[in-house]
Parts: sequence; structure tokens; C-alpha cells
Amino acid sequence: MSEKYMLETQDLGISFGGLKAVQGIDLKIRKNQLYGLIGPNGAGKTTIFNLITGVYTPTTGRFFLDGEDLTGKKQEVINHKGIARTFQNIRLFNNMTVVSNVMVGLHNQKEFACSPFASMLRLPVHFESETKMRDRAKELLSIFGLEDERNNLACNLPYGKQRKLEIARALATNPKLLLLDEPAAGMNPNETEELMNTVRFIRDKFDMTILLIEHDLKFVSGLCDEVTVLNFGTSLYHGEVEKALHDPEVVKAYIGK
Amino acid sequence: MAGYFKSVKKGFKLKNYISYIVITVFLIVSAVMALTGYMNRSTQNLLTQIAYSIILAVSLNLVVGFLGELSLGHAGFMCVGAYLGCFLANYLHTIIPSKLAVLIISMIVGGAIAAVFGFIIGLPALRLKGDYLAIVTLAFGEIVRTIFKNQKIFGGALGLSTKKYGSDLFIVAFIVVLIMLVFIQNLVKSKHGRAITAIRDNEIAAKAMGINVTYYKLFVFVISAFFAGIAGVLYGHYATPVLYSFFSYNYSIEILVMVVLGSMGSINGSIIAAALITYINFQLTTKLSGDLAALKYLIYAIILIAIVIVNNAPALAPIKEKLSIKRLFNKVLGRFIKHKHDPAKRKDDEADWDRIPTKIDMDALLSLDVKPDTSYTPDKREEK
Repeated sequence: MSEKYMLETQDLGISFGGLKAVQGIDLKIRKNQLYGLIGPNGAGKTTIFNLITGVYTPTTGRFFLDGEDLTGKKQEVINHKGIARTFQNIRLFNNMTVVSNVMVGLHNQKEFACSPFASMLRLPVHFESETKMRDRAKELLSIFGLEDERNNLACNLPYGKQRKLEIARALATNPKLLLLDEPAAGMNPNETEELMNTVRFIRDKFDMTILLIEHDLKFVSGLCDEVTVLNFGTSLYHGEVEKALHDPEVVKAYIGK
Repeated sequence: MAGYFKSVKKGFKLKNYISYIVITVFLIVSAVMALTGYMNRSTQNLLTQIAYSIILAVSLNLVVGFLGELSLGHAGFMCVGAYLGCFLANYLHTIIPSKLAVLIISMIVGGAIAAVFGFIIGLPALRLKGDYLAIVTLAFGEIVRTIFKNQKIFGGALGLSTKKYGSDLFIVAFIVVLIMLVFIQNLVKSKHGRAITAIRDNEIAAKAMGINVTYYKLFVFVISAFFAGIAGVLYGHYATPVLYSFFSYNYSIEILVMVVLGSMGSINGSIIAAALITYINFQLTTKLSGDLAALKYLIYAIILIAIVIVNNAPALAPIKEKLSIKRLFNKVLGRFIKHKHDPAKRKDDEADWDRIPTKIDMDALLSLDVKPDTSYTPDKREEK
């Protein structure tokens, strides 16, 4: 690696049996960049997310976060190293309150460390870490305007707020790279607009690098600096958004000849 | 130090401590009654049974209700604790004169050995889910008791004869219940409890949030087995001989019934259900003798079905609403305390702890959608 990238994948690929789901993906994402991953249904976008977060082990290639090789590491280890994600179909802890959801995200940070036995015996360190976690969680929730909902169960939130909560929870793990899987799915134009502002705000405030999958091309073109277009598990185009949308190959992949 | 008490006070909510208070008061009253001779032996025996049932139900609730894994081998852990703890106690009685000291040492050792077994059983639990784990744990319970049955050193088919502690065992047993409640409630209402509940609610998301699922599953299995082992040692000091046939899968299921009746994920519910079921069982066993003994299981079953129907039938909901204790409580207290309805306006988020014990239904635990998520057994490289 000559230049230092936040996320770099080299020839990343996975095959399930004989099916090559994704192959030869070379992403290069610079720090503080908003990067888009687009493509028709079944192109392998979410599979790439699953590879990068350690859900799947890649069959070919490697990937690096901030120069550190994370290929084949476990999900929780990858999360510790600094990759957090949201899910396409929302996966919140439904039976827990909003604030607890965020506090689960805070669980692993060193400043809130407290052994199970200290908790069982209610040592001072337990109260200390609980109070700190709660304050931090409230802070994060207030960014997304969810602080008034904090004592409601997560499953009782409306859809748009659930999406926001998922992002807040992912941010709570203190990542270097945030992966958003279709954050604007199911949102109306107003909510989408609001989300775009939030995403920009997150990037600026937390100095975050963001990789997102989205079908809403307006959303992508309004937000991302650079995109990679996928089709049938391979990268079709990679570069600036505006050019991508006028590239004949991309148009062909999306709407046919 | 002052800061410590301040933080304790800040998180204080009477509702969270109600079980400690009720049990302590109950223990003091019954201990006084027993020591002054106002309580007969049979009642004291019943109390001992209730105590170890509570320990078993609450510790199983940790696995079933909070971690969301179905374990049918809880009697197996109890069996390990009972046999090995009492075996040690028999030996210790020859060196240590104090029976209380012997009981305490054997409880700790019996619990620790059961915890080791919990660790061993926890390992497959990481790979299996739902029904499959239930089968493994069920088999574990049966294997364990069969092994003890065939060891001469443990008395073989006649059982391990132990020295009875005496009828005041229930005092020690309830103190153990209190200690266990402190440990388990504190665990559940901490960041670790939150992690455990997160695994139950959505394992995939929990992993993605960096929760070490392996660690927490093992941890919960070990803690749960530890307390089951202690319950076993208590049982061994109450009933002699310790007989392998007691720890059959029927007993495991009886513990599970206590957990389910008390609603999974509710510790107070488990305590009440354990006491209730043990009481019913005890009364049926003592009242029905001779030819009527066969009726025991029939009546027991009818009572259980009735409880389940009353709990769940939608037609009965309005009646239940009318008769509910909570309503009565609010009605009486409502005159004095203004009830805060809006959850967002609650003074502090500490209140959020009483939401942690949530109910999950048995269907979710057993149904097909808990099967191993095929998209999550990803490493297909071997299949090539």
C-alpha cells in the first residue's frame, strides 16, 4: 500500500459452493470520505458488507482497515477494531428500551469496563460505568432527536426512528468506519432529506468514514463523493457519482438496453 | 465512600428490592416460629423444598428467560451437585464437627463442580440452538444420573446415603436464596445483563455490536449450573439417600414449568411460581395416600392447565384486569402518590431497569424461525 486508506480491499471475493457471489472487489476508501455502493438487486452489495464485518470469511482476497489486516477475524473483533454497521432489515433489540439499545453498543469500550463480578457485587466501579454509559447514550440519542423516546421499547418506535436508532447504536461502538445498509429504505422524501443532513453531520462531527448502500440514486448523488457500481458480484464502474449515472454500462445494468 | 452511597441511593427503587424484602421478612418470621416450636416439621420440610426450588427456577430462568436458550438438563446439574457435594460432606463430617461449616463447604464445592459441567455443556450450546440444544441438555441430564447410578462409590442403585442436616435447614436454604437473588438480579441489571438480553433479542446484531457471544453464553451456563449444584447439595442434606431417580428429565421439566408459569425473564415470577408449584406438589403428595396417590398427577396437570388458561385466555383478560393487584395497589396509593404516566418525563433513566425482564413467548423459543440462520453458517469453503 503506497497511500494509506481507511478501508482497502484487495481482490475480495466469496463463493458459496460453485456460485461466485462476489469476486475481485477492490475498494479504496479514504479517511473521512462518503462512499457509495450501488447496483441492481442481487448484485452482492450486502454480501460485501457481510465480508467486511466478518459475518462471512472471504474465500479470496484480503481487506485492511487503516492499514491493519482484518481478514478472517471474528465479528466482535472486527467491531472492536472499528467497523460498525446497520442492517438492511432493521435488527434492533426489540424488547429493550431505546437507551439500553445504545448502551449495548457502548458495552465494549474501555472507559466503561466493569467485570461481571464487580456488577454482581455492586462495587463502586459498576455505578461509575453505568452512569457514564447512560450519559454517553443520552448524548448520542440527542444527536438523532431520540432523547424523548429513550424509555420506550425499541419495537414501539416508528420505522424512521428505528433506522436512526440503529445508526446511533452503531456509532456507540466508536467506529472508524460506519457501514450503512440502505439507510433511506422506506423513508419519505422529507425523512430522506433529513437523513442526508444527519449523515453529513455524523461525518463532520465524529470525523467518520462512511460506506453506504442505497437504491435511492438521488440520495447517493447528493451525498457521496465516490461510488462503486456492482453487477453480478463484480465491480462495473468506480469513480465519481455523476459520471457513473451516465456511464452506458451502468445504465444498461440498471434498466437494460 | 460517600459518593458510593449516593450512587446507590440514586438507583434505588423500592420495586427492584421487593423480593429481598418479602423473603427476608418471611425468613425472619418463619425462623422465629420454627425456633420457638410453633412450626411443625412438615412445614419446615416444605419450606426447604420451596427454597431449593426457587434456586433452581431462578437459575434456569437465567438461561431460558434471559439468554433465550432452552435447557432441559437442569436436574442434571443439580444431580452433579447433590452427589459430589454430599459425597464430600460425608467425608467432611468425620473431620469437622460443625454441621453448618460442612454444609457451606460442600455447597461451594458442589456448586463449583456443577459449574465445570455447565462449562462443558455450554460449549455445544454455542453451536446449537432451540430444540437441538434442548436435546443435548436433556441427554446430558440422563447420562449424568445413569453414571452416578452405576458407581459403587456413590451407593449404586440404592443411592448415596447422607447425613440429614435437621429440619432447620430451611433457614440456611433461604439465606442461600437471598444471596443468589442478590447475585443474579445484580447481574441481570447491569451492562452484562444487557449484553445477555441483547443476545436473546437478536444474536446477529449483538455480534455486530461487538458483544462476545461465546463468552456470555458460557458465563450464563456456568452461573446457572453453579446455583443448580448448590440446590443439589441442599437437597442432599434434606433428603436421604440421594437417589438417581429423582433427577429424571421429569424434574427438569418441572423446573422449566416453574420458569414458564412465572413468565420467562421475570425473576419475581419464577420465585412465586416455584413456591406455588412446590406447595401444590407437597400438598398433593402428603394428602393423597394409598389408592388416591394415583390422582396426584391428574390433579397437578389440571391445576397447571387451569393456570395457563387463566394467564393467557383473552376472554378472561377483563376479569383479570378488574381483580389485578397492581390496579388495587394503584387505586389505594393513587390517592397519596401522583402517578407518573409519561415515561419520557420520568425523573431518571434508572427506572428503565424494570423494563429489562421482558416476556418472550415459548413459541419464539421453540418455533422454526429460531433454527440456525442458514445465512449465518457461512464458511462453505469445505464444500468445494
